[in-house]
Amino acid sequence: MDIDSVYRAEYGRCVATLTRLLGDIGLAEEAVQDAFAVAVQKWDDEAPPPNPGAWIVTTARNRAIDRLRRESTREARHAQALLLHAPEEPKEGGPVRDDQLRMIFTCCHPALSPLAQTALTLRLLGGLEVAEIARAYLVPEATISQRIVRAKKKIRDAGIPYRVPDAAELPDRLAPVLTVLYLVFNEGYTSTSGELLRTDLCADAVRLARALAELMPDEPEVLGLLALLLLSEARRPARVGPSGELVVLAEQDRSLWDRELITEGHELVRRCLRRAQPGPYQLQAAINAVHTDGPATDWVQVLALYDQLLRHSPTPIVALNRAVAVAEVHGPAMALASIEELDLPGYHLLPAARADFLTRMGRIADAVAAYDEAIAWAANDTERAFLRTRRARLTRET
Amino acid sequence: MKKYLLAVQFDESVPETEEETREQMARTGKVTDEMKAAGSWVFVGGLLPSHASTVVRPGNGTTTMTDGPFAETKEQLAGFWVVQCDDLDQALSWADKCALACGRPIEVRPFDGAAWA
Repeated sequence: MDIDSVYRAEYGRCVATLTRLLGDIGLAEEAVQDAFAVAVQKWDDEAPPPNPGAWIVTTARNRAIDRLRRESTREARHAQALLLHAPEEPKEGGPVRDDQLRMIFTCCHPALSPLAQTALTLRLLGGLEVAEIARAYLVPEATISQRIVRAKKKIRDAGIPYRVPDAAELPDRLAPVLTVLYLVFNEGYTSTSGELLRTDLCADAVRLARALAELMPDEPEVLGLLALLLLSEARRPARVGPSGELVVLAEQDRSLWDRELITEGHELVRRCLRRAQPGPYQLQAAINAVHTDGPATDWVQVLALYDQLLRHSPTPIVALNRAVAVAEVHGPAMALASIEELDLPGYHLLPAARADFLTRMGRIADAVAAYDEAIAWAANDTERAFLRTRRARLTRET
Repeated sequence: MKKYLLAVQFDESVPETEEETREQMARTGKVTDEMKAAGSWVFVGGLLPSHASTVVRPGNGTTTMTDGPFAETKEQLAGFWVVQCDDLDQALSWADKCALACGRPIEVRPFDGAAWA
């Protein structure tokens, strides 16, 4: 194993543990970075130890003690005392996993802004560098770095706790965690600009969702989110054609779908169904399970699930997605009527859906106008190209 | 223990009846009693409206005095609690009760912990 992959895999875990030991995220990061600097030199000559994560934690802990010894402030002496009396780290299991869970809830604390939550989660749990996060979100590196610094300062100064919320708070606190993972995946799946896919972000989101599901195996919405991500990820290879163009679900080559991920996703959806506590992520996962079940989509079932989802989260986006199922079950005219009242300013998929329904109703001129609107609003090149192709098909036929 | 300011924001342009004020004071008084029983309470106080406020501003080695609060914003500080808590979550749960009791937004702000007095 090379040091880069150790870093990706272990950074978050090590920082989480050191944060518990040191009581401060900033100090924990410094210590872990020190330890990796030692590792770079050491592992160049000899093979990495069998458990590199544990080695990093021990080294970081010792480095932190050294660093604190050199400083003579009251806080430093206090932190040093904590460290020296901390019990030895167990190799695997309980406490280490709890550390990561604590870290997720601290990073996604509702007192932090949504961008700060996302950036912190990717940095501290995903082990992404500031530059990578900035690239993924197409914002200047300085912006991300500022957000992270400010968020860490707020965590320390405002006393945002480093703990898993108790059962009573959990539903409220879990929601932003799930949102962050969902947004990270979505940004990877349909990038808001440039290319369509950012597969590295998808992989990070899946990795973190897997970790969360392992940590909280009894939370149905956590399992639902993981299933949703896996079933979407499974279709990714078929979503882009040979020349980088977008391929819609109906036209996808199903043999390109990842069967293993689909099987895993379906199993999770079944586990959720047995619990019978449906929530928005589980319902979306179930919809994706229907899409990936058998040779063609059972649209009646999809529509029934969308009806349920709309009751859970009555948002215009859900109503828009539901309209696609309405078109398949009840025809394009009813689908068009169902989205007439929707207000989604600047959201290109609304006019795109309208254009599709109008095309199927034979109202070509109206469809062309709707495509124009969608093209003007589309954020990434692949989607824009897709919409242009659709629009061109119409004008050729007339 | 950290100390937190729970500051009540108040839109002075919206008048309030005497009845409403009485009911609100009864509700917030209950929250204060709860704080005292839980050992979180440090201080509570209500403020007169911003017409009674004066700002003393430093400049050029001297000060000038102006009528009214700092900024021309609608939301003014109406009163506040000071509570001592283990962490922000505990302060937020008090803020939750305060916001519901007085029907106004509450800003939660930690004290800096320095020895000011």
